[in-house]
Amino acid sequence: MDKDKILSELLNYSGLHKMAPDIAHIEIHGNQVLGTHLVEGLSVESESFEDGVNIKIRVKKGIEIKNPVRFCFGLIPENGIQKLNINTVIEENAKASFIASCTFPNAKNIQHLMDSEIILEKGSSLKYFERHIHGEKGGVTIVPVTKVFIKENARYSTEFELIKGAAGEIKIDYSAEVEKDGVVDMNTRIFGRLKDKIHIKESAHLTGENSTGVLTSHIALKDEADAIVENEIIADAPFARGHVDCKEIVQGRAKARAIPVVQVNNSKAHVTHEAAIGSVDSKQLETLLSRGLAEDEAVEMIINGLLK
Amino acid sequence: MNILEIKDLELNKDGRKLLNKINIEIWAGYVHAIVGPNGAGKSTLANTIMGLSGYRDFSGDILFKGKSIKNLTIDERARLGITLVFQEPARFEGLSVDDFILAGIKEKKSILVDEALRKVGLDPLKYRQRFVDKTLSGGERKRIELASIYTMKPELVFMDEPDSGVDIDSIKYIFEIIKDFKKHGTTVILVTHSPDVLKQAEHAFLFCAGNLICKGEVNKLFEYFTGRCAPCDHVGKPDKIEKGVKNG
Repeated sequence: MDKDKILSELLNYSGLHKMAPDIAHIEIHGNQVLGTHLVEGLSVESESFEDGVNIKIRVKKGIEIKNPVRFCFGLIPENGIQKLNINTVIEENAKASFIASCTFPNAKNIQHLMDSEIILEKGSSLKYFERHIHGEKGGVTIVPVTKVFIKENARYSTEFELIKGAAGEIKIDYSAEVEKDGVVDMNTRIFGRLKDKIHIKESAHLTGENSTGVLTSHIALKDEADAIVENEIIADAPFARGHVDCKEIVQGRAKARAIPVVQVNNSKAHVTHEAAIGSVDSKQLETLLSRGLAEDEAVEMIINGLLK
Repeated sequence: MNILEIKDLELNKDGRKLLNKINIEIWAGYVHAIVGPNGAGKSTLANTIMGLSGYRDFSGDILFKGKSIKNLTIDERARLGITLVFQEPARFEGLSVDDFILAGIKEKKSILVDEALRKVGLDPLKYRQRFVDKTLSGGERKRIELASIYTMKPELVFMDEPDSGVDIDSIKYIFEIIKDFKKHGTTVILVTHSPDVLKQAEHAFLFCAGNLICKGEVNKLFEYFTGRCAPCDHVGKPDKIEKGVKNG
């Protein structure tokens, strides 16, 4: 398949169409960089190797990128490996948001491996949203490992979403070090089906005074899907604040396990957690049934809400 | 004409008799009240008629417009036109007020949401995109519950303790919507132990410890309920209650 055809298919599956000139975008299929369009203040360097691409992203000091930068990763064939080693630096007082679409519509045996390091310099901000689009049968192993370093007064938020299609196997490992007045907000929303195996490990280390961390995982499981969620917040500094929120809805023969860990090493820090695992809440269900929705419709509405 | 008939309804749970041979006829188009102290069986009766889980294993029968609904599921009963305003409405993470209000109707028109929200005194611009979650106050949540029922245009609605946990401003709108239901021919059954809510009804049934003690016009039953029944210490012992009210 030629480059243009692959690019068009990748964008089509991701729901992306022609983008305006002031929207930066990067498209990578397997180890091939298919397209790069940059805007002022954003630099992206890439280098292909056998199974993937090394990428260096930098947002320059004081620059605020108006529109979200669109990344389109994926593999159209049924089998293959895509390794992405991404090094991101958001310089002092720079602001950006990234939206990544990861598309594996025909996967039978695909590995999507991401090793990422993100540095947010003083006063900078990055919002990262990653949406996965998979086929109905899974067949993808996703292993994103991300280490984030949040300097003074910087803010980082990340959202991982896999709602359409079967997950396959997911092993998320995100960790953040948060300095003075820094903020980290991690959000994961996954709908596991069939024999999906999901392992989420998120941690925030609040090292700086007045730093904040929120880790939220909302997971719905059905069929024989299996999920383990390990969320950990460690607060070392005075006035550090953290919260862990893990909710999992389990249907059919699915299994879920939540392991929230909260640790406070300073008497002026405060960390809370809530975890709930179970079937669809009966009161919510009966409320919607009493409005005339069939049980399937009501369950779908509740799960869609949880994953919103 | 009766919209609902309850015949010899008896419900036992965990070895306790929660409803004892209840026979009731509900006239269509009226505002009725089921009153009684805590533990009288009022909510139990509403939950049983709605078919909620834990309230389905009973003897006797429930007829809606002459046909038994005993074996119907909750949603099947709802599609016939029966619904329930829950005493403590559920909260839904990620479900917008818009989607919640439209959940019960086929015609997904936003104008209906606006109308329903205005009816309960909430500004559509401020509320439509909010979530039906814990960020709403008790009063707001209750009003949104009512707005969703309003759009359904049910034939029979149970309102379980409609004034519980709400502010004075919300109560005003709740009472207004009861009048509105009546105006549009919806039969309302208020489940309450509040004299103020009881006053909104035209006809009432007094319950105590799972027994129907008496029934009648609200003004007659009101005096008995507020003067003698409410302060009574015979809770759980209805056989000691004096037969002071004539059934009617």
